[in-house]
Amino acid sequence: MTVTDTPIDNGVNVAALLDARTALTEQPAAAQFKWRAASTWERGTHSHAVVEGFSGLGGEQTHRRAFTFDLDHPEVFASEDNGATPVEYVLVALAGCLSAVVASVAQMREIQLRSVTAVVEGDMDILGILGGDPEVRNGFQDIRVHFDIDADASPTDIEALVAQSQKRSAVYDIVTNPTNVTVRVN
Amino acid sequence: MRTEAVVIGAGHSGLAMSSRLTDRSIDHVVLERGGVANSWRTERWPSMRLLTPNWQTRLPGAAYNGPDPGGYQRAAEVAELLAGYAARIGAPVRAGTRVTALRNSGSGYEVLTDQGAWDARSVVIATGACNRPALPDAAMNVPPAVGSLTPLTYSGPDHLPDGGVLVVGGSATGVQLADEIHRSGRPVTLAVGEQVRLPRVYRDRDIFWWLESAGVLGQRYDEVADIARARHLPSPQLVGTPERRTLDLNALRTIGIRIVGRLGRITDGIAQFSGGLANLCALADLKMNRALDAFDAWARDSGTDENLPRPHRFEPTRVDAQPVLTLNMARSQIRTIVWATGYRPDYSWLDIPVTGRNGQIRHDGGVVTAAPGLYLLGMPLLRRRASTYIHGAGPDTSELSDHLSGYLACP
Repeated sequence: MTVTDTPIDNGVNVAALLDARTALTEQPAAAQFKWRAASTWERGTHSHAVVEGFSGLGGEQTHRRAFTFDLDHPEVFASEDNGATPVEYVLVALAGCLSAVVASVAQMREIQLRSVTAVVEGDMDILGILGGDPEVRNGFQDIRVHFDIDADASPTDIEALVAQSQKRSAVYDIVTNPTNVTVRVN
Repeated sequence: MRTEAVVIGAGHSGLAMSSRLTDRSIDHVVLERGGVANSWRTERWPSMRLLTPNWQTRLPGAAYNGPDPGGYQRAAEVAELLAGYAARIGAPVRAGTRVTALRNSGSGYEVLTDQGAWDARSVVIATGACNRPALPDAAMNVPPAVGSLTPLTYSGPDHLPDGGVLVVGGSATGVQLADEIHRSGRPVTLAVGEQVRLPRVYRDRDIFWWLESAGVLGQRYDEVADIARARHLPSPQLVGTPERRTLDLNALRTIGIRIVGRLGRITDGIAQFSGGLANLCALADLKMNRALDAFDAWARDSGTDENLPRPHRFEPTRVDAQPVLTLNMARSQIRTIVWATGYRPDYSWLDIPVTGRNGQIRHDGGVVTAAPGLYLLGMPLLRRRASTYIHGAGPDTSELSDHLSGYLACP
C-alpha cells in the first residue's frame, strides 16, 4: 500500500471550513464573533476562570461544557502555585493556535501529519512588573516557538506550512500587533 | 448627447478600449477629467518609472520600437506615449470633462459631466485603481510636528524637511521611495507588512521576461485559486532603473535603512510595529523561490535552458534578531511619514449599486454582471495577471469589446 492510497486525514474538516468561508463572505454579519472569559479572584494571586459561552453565526453559542482554569504564580513569587501564570496561558494559547492552523493548512495542502510538537518560550524581565525599572516593559521581550513536525512532506513544504500558520493564527496576530483594550469598573 | 458607448478615462486602458471600439465601428466617446494620461502626468512622483520593460509596454496596434527595449519609461514618457497613441488611433477624447454621475436610464446609462450629459447603452469604466490613497487608521494619529505625504502628494526628497522619515508600506512604491529618500540624507525607517519579493534580473533576463514567458502574466482570473487574495497582493518590490538593480529589503538594509514590521498604531507620538516581520520575510522568500522553481522548470521543459546561465538562489531576507517594535517619533527625529499603503478607486460619482462591501465594483472579468452593458477595466487581475500592467489592456479590451459589441447587437 502506498501513501497515496490513504486519504490524508489530520482530523480537520476542510470542506466545512471552506463552506463556512464561502457562506460567511456572503453573510458577513454571521462572521462577527465575541469570545468571553469570566474570572473570579480567589485569594492572593490565585484566580479561577471559566469559559463557556460565546456568540457567533448570528446567535449565542456554548461549548459542550464549561472549561475552567486556575491562574496563580509559583512559590518563588511567594504565591501558592494553584495554577499556571497568566503569561504561561498566553504561551499555551500561542502554541495551541499555531498547531491548530498547522493541522488545517496541512489538510488543505494534502500533507499527512504524524506528529506536531511545539515548545514555546518567552523572555521576561520581571523588573517591569515589579516597577523596578521604568524602561523595562511588563510583557515579553521576545517569544520563541520551536516546532518539531513529522509529516509526509519536504522540509521546504513544512517550512511553508509553519510560515502560513503564523499568517493565519489569531493568537499570533494578537501577540504581535497592538489591540485596543478598554477596562471599566462597576 | 447620444452615443453607443461611453468610455470614462483616457489612460492606457480607456485608449486601448477606444482603439477596439473604433475597429468595430462602435460609435463612442472617451471622457477625461484632465488631458490624455492625466494621472501619469499629474499624479506620479518625478522619478517614477514603469516596472515593466519597454519591449513589454505595448498597446493594441502599437509596440515599442525605440533604441532601449530593456529600459523602463518614466511617468512623463508614458504620458507622451499615450498622447501619441491617442492621436494615432484618433481616439474621440473629450478632455476637460469630469464625470459627476453615472446612472441607469430607460435605454441604458446616463453619464452626467460638467460639460453636459451623455446617453449610451454601454459604459466602460477605465478610471483606474489608484485614485485615492488608502490610509490605515494610524494615519489619523500622526503627531502635529510630523508631516504626512502619500505617493499622490510626494514630489521628491528635496521637498521633504530635513530629518528622519518613516515610510509605511513594502510594495514597489514603498521600497522605491524609501531608497531615494534615504539616499537624500534623510534616515529612513521602513515599515513592511505582506510583501512580494522578486529580483529585477534572474539568469540574465528581466523578471518580467520570466513572468511573461513562463505564462504567469497570462494566467486568467478564473484559473487563479484564491482570486480575492491575488487581487489584494501588493505590487512586487521592484524598480526600473538603467542599471537594472534589485531593490529588495536586503538592498535597503545594505544602505542603512531600518526595516521594521507592519505599522500597528500610533499613540502619544509613539509608533508601534508588528513583531511578525521575520515570518512575513520568510513567506516572501518562500514565494519568490517557488516562482523561481517554476521558471527553472519552464526553462527546462521549453528547451530554453541551454541559452541561459545556470539557476541560482538569492540570499534569504536578513531580519534583525529583535526588530524595533516602537518608535518615539520626537526622540527619533521623524519629521515625515510617507504612506505607501496602497490606493483605492474613487467611485463617488457612481450611482448604480454595483459595489461590494469593500467599495470595489463586483465584476466577472470586467463584465459588471449586475448592470448589463457596464464594463470595468484596468483593475488588478481583472481578467489575467497582466491586467495590472499596461500591456494587459490589449487582451483585456479585445475580449471585453467582444462582449460589449455582442451586447449592443442584442436589441
